Amino acid sequence: MKPLQKPLARRQFLKTSGGVALFIGVSGILPQLWSCSDKRAVEKEVLKHRLTAWVQLTGDGRVIIYNPAAEMGQGSMTSLPVIFAEEMDADWDRVEVVFSPQVATIYGSDGWSTERKVMLSAGSRITSGYFNSMRKAGAQARYIMRHSAATHWDVPLSEVTTAPGRVLHPQSGRSLSFAQMVPLLQLPEALPEVADSDLKSPEDFRLIGKVVPRTDIPSKVDGSARFAIDLQLPGMRYAVLERGAMHGASPTLENREAILAMEGVLKVVLLEHAVGVLATRLEQALEAKKAMKISWAPSMANGFNSQDTFKEYEVMAGNPQAGRVLVETGNFKAAMGSAAKTYSADFLNDYVYHAQMEPLNAVVQVAEDLLSARVWVGSQQGFDEKLGVPQLLGIAPENVTIELQYLGGGFGRRSMTDFVTECAGMAREVPGTPVKLLWTREDDIRYGAFRPLSLQRLQACTDTHGKLTGFSHCIVGDGGNLVASGIRNEHYDIPNQFAEWREATHGIRLKHWRSVGHGPNKFAIECMIDEIAAGEGRDPVDFRRQLMAISPRALATLEKAAEMARWGGAVPDGRARGVAFLERSGTLSTGICEISVDRASGLIRVHRFWNALDAGIVVQPDNVKAQMEGGILMGISSVLKEQVTIEGGKVQQSNFNDYPILRMQEVPESVETALIASGEPPQGVGESGTPLVAGAIANAFFSLTGKRLRHLPFTPARVLEALKS
Amino acid sequence: MPMPVYTLHINGETRTAEVPGGTSLLWVIREHLGLMGTKYGCGIAQCGACTLHVDGDPVRACVLSVEQASKGQKIVTIEGLSTDGRHPVQKAWIEAQAPQCGYCQSGQIMQAVALLQTTPHPTRDEIKRYMNGNLCRCGTYLRILEAIEIASGRMDTQSGSS
Ligand code: FES
Ligand code: FES
Repeated sequence: MKPLQKPLARRQFLKTSGGVALFIGVSGILPQLWSCSDKRAVEKEVLKHRLTAWVQLTGDGRVIIYNPAAEMGQGSMTSLPVIFAEEMDADWDRVEVVFSPQVATIYGSDGWSTERKVMLSAGSRITSGYFNSMRKAGAQARYIMRHSAATHWDVPLSEVTTAPGRVLHPQSGRSLSFAQMVPLLQLPEALPEVADSDLKSPEDFRLIGKVVPRTDIPSKVDGSARFAIDLQLPGMRYAVLERGAMHGASPTLENREAILAMEGVLKVVLLEHAVGVLATRLEQALEAKKAMKISWAPSMANGFNSQDTFKEYEVMAGNPQAGRVLVETGNFKAAMGSAAKTYSADFLNDYVYHAQMEPLNAVVQVAEDLLSARVWVGSQQGFDEKLGVPQLLGIAPENVTIELQYLGGGFGRRSMTDFVTECAGMAREVPGTPVKLLWTREDDIRYGAFRPLSLQRLQACTDTHGKLTGFSHCIVGDGGNLVASGIRNEHYDIPNQFAEWREATHGIRLKHWRSVGHGPNKFAIECMIDEIAAGEGRDPVDFRRQLMAISPRALATLEKAAEMARWGGAVPDGRARGVAFLERSGTLSTGICEISVDRASGLIRVHRFWNALDAGIVVQPDNVKAQMEGGILMGISSVLKEQVTIEGGKVQQSNFNDYPILRMQEVPESVETALIASGEPPQGVGESGTPLVAGAIANAFFSLTGKRLRHLPFTPARVLEALKS
Repeated sequence: MPMPVYTLHINGETRTAEVPGGTSLLWVIREHLGLMGTKYGCGIAQCGACTLHVDGDPVRACVLSVEQASKGQKIVTIEGLSTDGRHPVQKAWIEAQAPQCGYCQSGQIMQAVALLQTTPHPTRDEIKRYMNGNLCRCGTYLRILEAIEIASGRMDTQSGSS
C-alpha cells in the first residue's frame, strides 16, 4: 500500500446508538466516518462526495451495505455486498443490504462511460462493472478496522489481523468484534491506497465463489418484498392510460364529458400518444379507461404488416449496394472467388415481447409548488439517473428523488422510462397527491417495445481442405445496435469476415430484450456453422473444435459441454442433440440440448440442456447457475412459442392467452451448468443462456430430421412446414 | 352515491371493503385492504400471480368478484400462510433458492401449498400438471419443482401443520 498524497485529518468518533457510517470513495478526503445519530447529516455528507461504497456499522454488530444496483432477480442485492464483505472480512451473518440512493455521481459505476459514472443495471454488467471498486472499498474498510484496533491496543499495525467480523492481535491473544470497534473507530493520518497486491488472493476467499444464500429471497417467499406496484401512500390516486394498439398513433377522445362524469374520475389528461384518466380508486380508473371512445390519427406504423415485410427484406438483402459495414477482416469476396464450396442461407425472426411478470408501473408525487418530485419505481436505472422526470417537469435533477424498488423482472424493458414520465405527467395534474400509474397486461403487450424483427443473410465458403475461409453476415432490420449486437465471431478462426446492417423502419417501438441482437444473430451464425459442418461431412462439435483453436477459453467450454452431454454417445430413441456457442458480455458459453419432435403436431420438446461457461471469477456460483437455468428457459420459451405480429400497424396480441410463454409442463427434465474455474475478472452472465437456445434446438432438429428451421419462433406450423419441405 | 360494503374473512380476520359491486377480489385485497403479497399479472386467470386460497382451494383472485368472495368463505393469502414465513413450503423455497425477481412466487407458493395439502407426495408429473397455470418469466420452474419435492419429502413429519 502506498500513502495517498493528501494526509487526512485525524478524527475521533463518539459512541452513538446508530453506529457509524463509513464512506469510502475516490477523492483524497475520503473515507470518512460519521456518527449515524443524525441521519440527515449523514445523507447530506454522502451527497457531497464521490463514493464507491457506503457502509454503516452499528453498535450491535450489524454491517449495513448499500447496494447501488437494481435487483430484478439477477442477485445484485447479494453479489455486490458479498464482494465488499469479502475484502472487509465482515461476518456475512451480520450483513444487511439496502438500496443506495439513486445518485450516479456517487454510486455509479465507471464501467459504462469514461467521462462519468452511471447507474444502470443492464447488459449483464453489474458484477463486472463494480467488482474492482467494491473490492478496494472493502479492503479500505478492513484497513480502518485494523488501524483503529492497532491504535487502541497500542501495537504495530502489521501485528493486527482480522477474522470474520473481528479484529485480532494474535501475539497477545486480544480480539474485538466489529461491534465493539464502533466507538473506537478512527481514521489514519494518511489512508493508504489499495494496490492489487493488498487484496485477498482468490484461494483465501470465503464468500466469493462460495454458496451464499441470496439476501432478498426470504422476503420473496413471505410476500413482504415490495415492488413499486405494491406501494401505498396516504391519499394516493390512480392513473391508467389508453394507448391504443398502433404505436405512435395520437388520440382524440370523443366522450370526454361522459368519462369525467363517471364515478371517482378526477381528471382526464390528453397526452400525445394516449388518453390518461386519474381516479380515486384503481377500479374506477379502469372502468373509465374501458368506457373511453377514442379515434386515433394513424402513425408511421399505419398499414405495416409484420409477416409480409420479410419479402421486402429479402429484396433489400439482395441489393448489391452494401449497408453499414460492421465487420471487415481479410477479404470475403476474394475468399468466395477462390472457394471450393459456398454456402448461403436466410434466417428470420419475429418480434418478441419482454413479458416481465410485473406489469409496468410507477408512483410519483409532485410537490404542491411543482418544484420537486419523488418517484417510486422498479427501474433498471439509466444514463439519465432521474429517469426523464426533471425534463418533463422542468425542474432541476437534484429536486427529483428516486426511490428504487424491487423489479418484478426487467429483461431490458425497465431500462426505458416511458412509464415513469407518463406517471410524472399524470401526477403533475394533482400536485401534492401521490399517483400510482398502472399498465394493464394488455397495455404492456400492445404498447410494448419489442426485440426487432429481422432477416439475416449468411454466406460462407470453404477451401479444398474443408477449411472455413470466408463468412459474411448481412442483417436487415430496424434498431441499429439492437440488431447488430452479437454479430462478431472472434472465437472462430475465420480469416475473411464481413458483416453489415441494412436499415428498415416501421414505426414500431423497439428495445433491448435479454441479450439484445445476440438472440437472432447467434441463432443464424450457429446454424450456419452447423450447415457448413454438415456440408463438409464433419461432426458439429469436431468442426467447432478446429475453429476454436485460436481461443483456448472458448474451446474449454465446448469440451466441457461435450463431456457433460457425452457428445457422440448413445442418445435415447427419437431424440437428437444440437450444439451452439457464444460470447455475451465477456462470458463464453457452449450449450447442448436434446430434443424430440412430435411429427403429427409439430411440437418440439426440449428434454435436456447442458451448458458450460467461462465467466471469469464467479462471485455467486449458485446464482450464476440460476441465471443460466432461467435464461435458458426464457430462451426455450421465445424460440418455441413467442411471437408478436402486427397487422395494419396494430399489435395483434394482448395478454398471455395469445402471447403464451413457457409453462411448467414444458420445461426440460434438467438444465445442467458447469462453471469453468478462472482467475480472470468477472464477466456478465445474465444474458449468456438465452441466446444459446435457438441454435442448439435448430441444430438438434436437423440432426433428428435432416431439415433446417430458419425462422424464429419454431411454432408447430413452421415445424410441420419444415418437415414437409 | 353510497357504495356497498362487503365483509371478507381473510387470514383469520374479518375485514370490510366499500367498493362497487363486481370489483375483482384482487383489487380489493391489494388496493383496499393493503395485502400486497398477492400480485397482479394478467387479470384473466392466465398467469397465477394472484393465487390465494378460498376455503383451502387455490383460486385466481383476479377473476373472482368481491360478491363471490364474501359469502363467509375463509380466504388465505401469502401473508396468512404462516406468521413468520416458516411454513414448510416457504422453508423449502428458501432452501432451493427458488425466486429470482420474486414477483410470481407468492402465487407459486399458494398453488404448491394447495397441491401438498391434497396430495402430500405428488409425482413429478403431478406437480407439473398442478403448477401449469402459474407462469414464471424468470424461468425458476426447475427450482420450484425442487422446492416442492423438498417440502413433500417432509410432509410425513409436518403433516397437519400446513
Ligand atoms: S393476475 Fe390472476 S391469474 Fe394472472
Ligand atoms: S421469479 Fe420472476 S417471474 Fe417468477
